[in-house]
Amino acid sequence: MAIYSKEVIKHFRNPKNMGRMKNPDGVGKVGNPICGDVMHLYIRVGKNKKGEEIIKDISFETFGCVAAIATSSIITELVKGKTIKEAMKIDREKIVKSLGGLPPIKIHCSVLAASALTEAVYDYLSKNKRRIPKQLEKKHRRAEKEKKELSKRYKGWIKLEEKMLKR
Amino acid sequence: MKKIYLDYAATTPVDPRVVKAILPYFSEKFGNTMSLYSFGQEAKQALEKSREQVSGLIGADPSEIIFTSSATESNNLALKGIAFANRKKGEHIIISPIEHLCVRESARWLAKQGFEITELGVNKYGLVNLEELRRAIRKDTILVSIIHASNEIGTIQPIEEIGEICKEKEVYFHTDAVQSFDKIKIDVGKMNIDLLTASSHKIYGPKGAALLFIRRGTRIEPLLHGGGHEFGLRSSTVNVPAIVGFAKACELCKEEMKKESQRQTKLREKLIKGVLGKIEASYLNGHPTERLPNNANFRFDFVEGESIIIQLDLMGVAASTGSACSSEKLEPSHVLLAIGLRHEQAHGSLRLSLGRWTTEKDVDYVLKILPGIIKNLRKISPFKGSFKF
Repeated sequence: MAIYSKEVIKHFRNPKNMGRMKNPDGVGKVGNPICGDVMHLYIRVGKNKKGEEIIKDISFETFGCVAAIATSSIITELVKGKTIKEAMKIDREKIVKSLGGLPPIKIHCSVLAASALTEAVYDYLSKNKRRIPKQLEKKHRRAEKEKKELSKRYKGWIKLEEKMLKR
Repeated sequence: MKKIYLDYAATTPVDPRVVKAILPYFSEKFGNTMSLYSFGQEAKQALEKSREQVSGLIGADPSEIIFTSSATESNNLALKGIAFANRKKGEHIIISPIEHLCVRESARWLAKQGFEITELGVNKYGLVNLEELRRAIRKDTILVSIIHASNEIGTIQPIEEIGEICKEKEVYFHTDAVQSFDKIKIDVGKMNIDLLTASSHKIYGPKGAALLFIRRGTRIEPLLHGGGHEFGLRSSTVNVPAIVGFAKACELCKEEMKKESQRQTKLREKLIKGVLGKIEASYLNGHPTERLPNNANFRFDFVEGESIIIQLDLMGVAASTGSACSSEKLEPSHVLLAIGLRHEQAHGSLRLSLGRWTTEKDVDYVLKILPGIIKNLRKISPFKGSFKF
């Protein structure tokens, strides 16, 4: 069991906040075109006592390896209850550190989780016609490009999902 | 927790009978085979006896066996050695798309040196097409190299027919028989094989020994130059303990092959039927019948292979996958892609390979835990198809 840290295995075995959310305020659907992993992140936004917007609830679905599942799980824990501003500061370094490290070849998995979060926030802001920070816009464009590539690859399965959801 | 090893295709534990045979060759009979005094001659004798034992398994003459350090070395020697010794005749080499990486990468390296490589196609089971092979052989073709049985999907090629075609067309035929060597009766004469690779650590011998059978009269260049060991084809001080172990392992395989293959085939069938029956959206990779007695390779929709492997490991079972996530290059197995699987299908592959110490209980245990593992991973996956959770 040497390849993954204890923390990674803990999150992999018992992922936190796992599953599809009904009527989320924002959804981030991202994929990694290199390895083929796919992650969906759902957020529900609320307000704290100060009136700041916070991520009240969050959940994920991931098709991928141990590292992809563990990073998905930990990011939901890191983000839950945080203001959107705080949440946007969580990057892959923070994710990897919280998991007690990842094998070098698996670092790209942490990028996936970070990218899913920014995409979910982007989705929330744009749905509510809010101003999108420049940095977020840039990240979104990159994620869109990768998603296009992945959508082609998973066309069959995505269609199947859509059909099931409509039913 | 009980540990169940189901990755015999990766490597095998050394049989205790083999260990016993090797031990004297470390500190007592430690001589160099090139030395003229008794220590050396004792080692030399052990080496030649090993050569005889090994050759007997495939119907070769002892003088046609070269010992090397690994199957990778044997395959490199076969491809590069034949290529450079026969360059005058031609520079065309044919391989299959499901070769082990050491054949595939050797061929790619040769392409950089000016040789031309043709990669044949395979069907969805991984079988090469004999007519396509026949058409692919040209006047300047010098070598055809096709793996006997796939290390990943277990499919067995019609090796005798391939040998027949190569003989008729007068090109050398090499086969990587690493996985089949101890499981399927091979006769290099009857099968018209000119070169054959086999490895010790896949047949319950130690790591560090392998062989290349080279039919007498074959034109081949060595890779390693030096003191002229192994008929001048592989200079290096001979690894006597490993070779003695390899030979002992061969002897045991010869005695037990028929019975073991039958026993493992039965277990494999139970495993395959059980998995396909118990788990929805699961498929068998490779040929349903023309497959290694010990190989079962599955794929499961909507889940990823490395996650399956680690879940199995947490429950005591060792297995492997062709998923991109578990590869150094983050690419799915070229074998799975060659049989026409899409990237996401290769993502969910699982190889279980049985061996000498696999019991029916082990198979039952896997059948008990695997459905739950797949179900849990599908719960996590954004793709669920028609599964409701």
